[in-house]
Amino acid sequence: MSQTIEHARRTVLEHGQSLPEADIVELLSIPDEQLPEALQLAHEVRMRWCGPDVEVEGIASIATGGCPEDCHFCSQSGLFSSPVRSVRLDIPTLVEAARQTAASGATEFCIVAALRGPDEKMMSQLRAGIAAIRAEVEINIAASLGILTPAQVDELIDMGVHRYNHNLETARSFFGNVVTTHTWEERWDTLSLVRASVMEVCCGGILGMGETIEQRAEFAVQLAELDPHEVPLNFLNPRPGTPLADQPPLSAADALRAIAAFRLAMPRTILRLAGGRELTLGDLGTRDGLLGGINAIIVGNYLTTLGRPAVTDIELLGELKMPIKALSATL
Amino acid sequence: MSKQWCERCGKPIAENSEDGHTYCDHGCEAAQALEPPRYCRWCGRRMKVQVLPDDWRAHCVEHGSRKSVPSA
Repeated sequence: MSQTIEHARRTVLEHGQSLPEADIVELLSIPDEQLPEALQLAHEVRMRWCGPDVEVEGIASIATGGCPEDCHFCSQSGLFSSPVRSVRLDIPTLVEAARQTAASGATEFCIVAALRGPDEKMMSQLRAGIAAIRAEVEINIAASLGILTPAQVDELIDMGVHRYNHNLETARSFFGNVVTTHTWEERWDTLSLVRASVMEVCCGGILGMGETIEQRAEFAVQLAELDPHEVPLNFLNPRPGTPLADQPPLSAADALRAIAAFRLAMPRTILRLAGGRELTLGDLGTRDGLLGGINAIIVGNYLTTLGRPAVTDIELLGELKMPIKALSATL
Repeated sequence: MSKQWCERCGKPIAENSEDGHTYCDHGCEAAQALEPPRYCRWCGRRMKVQVLPDDWRAHCVEHGSRKSVPSA
């Protein structure tokens, strides 16, 4: 067993402590032949500190495109010549999206809007949409609406939103390479507001945007400091028309190294495999991820791109004997 | 056969294409498995597209609405 992994075993598996930054850098740099060992350790950590349940989630965009921000990975920015047109989801279609999610077996539904932060009109639409979902579909509701005010945090709680997603996206030292219309600190401020409320914090990011191994480790440590309930791990899917359109996708081995490293940085969090996994990991990679520290997945389609059918992932969970986290366990 | 446009990038597909292609090259062909159409194949206009967990809906102002075919 390698020294790096043996040290991680003592620190994280036995004591439940986060792996320090220098060790995460080492783990992100291990040779391919040590990767199965690292994934096995990450799986043991997940089973010991989180258990066998897998949280399954579906997502839908209530407001697509036309965003005033310039997140370089995003096809929904109105500042790039992306093929994605601005469109809004009406309430019956939003309810249909929640119904599709629940029918897949998922217990979590996240409503997402591409904007800097919600205005009064958006909050009003959201209130009506969430009320309609709660009247017809039994599912936990999360939201992702950008930068919030304290009053909006209270409003979302009043609507019944139990978890709020706001990704830091990448390491603080790399953020300026990816977004220039707002700061990492502005995102942190919204996360602090959510953290101080009764809502759960969901915060992750996108790997493979050109950050170094050291910055990837820095990001893992910054997330560990935030201590979110959930960390969605996305892998860049380079979108036409965006500044990152020509960025090569992360290799499957690097993505799996990152999964193991982020699990060892955050032994108790819900670590979710999110967008870009089909491109980066393929079908076998989803299995490797679930056996390498992942304990949550987004199933079905994403916001502007398609995923593999939800039933394929649900069948995989059955094959791996990993139960879907029950609705009652999170209400 | 009338002119058609690639549903992914909006570029014209070679005229006289009779094989039913809705993409312009192998890059767009490969990407289409994980992307909804973005351009109308009949007029090349950018469409309004909504992606839901199980399906997608696309609307062209000239040629109307389409939905994805349900998976088996």
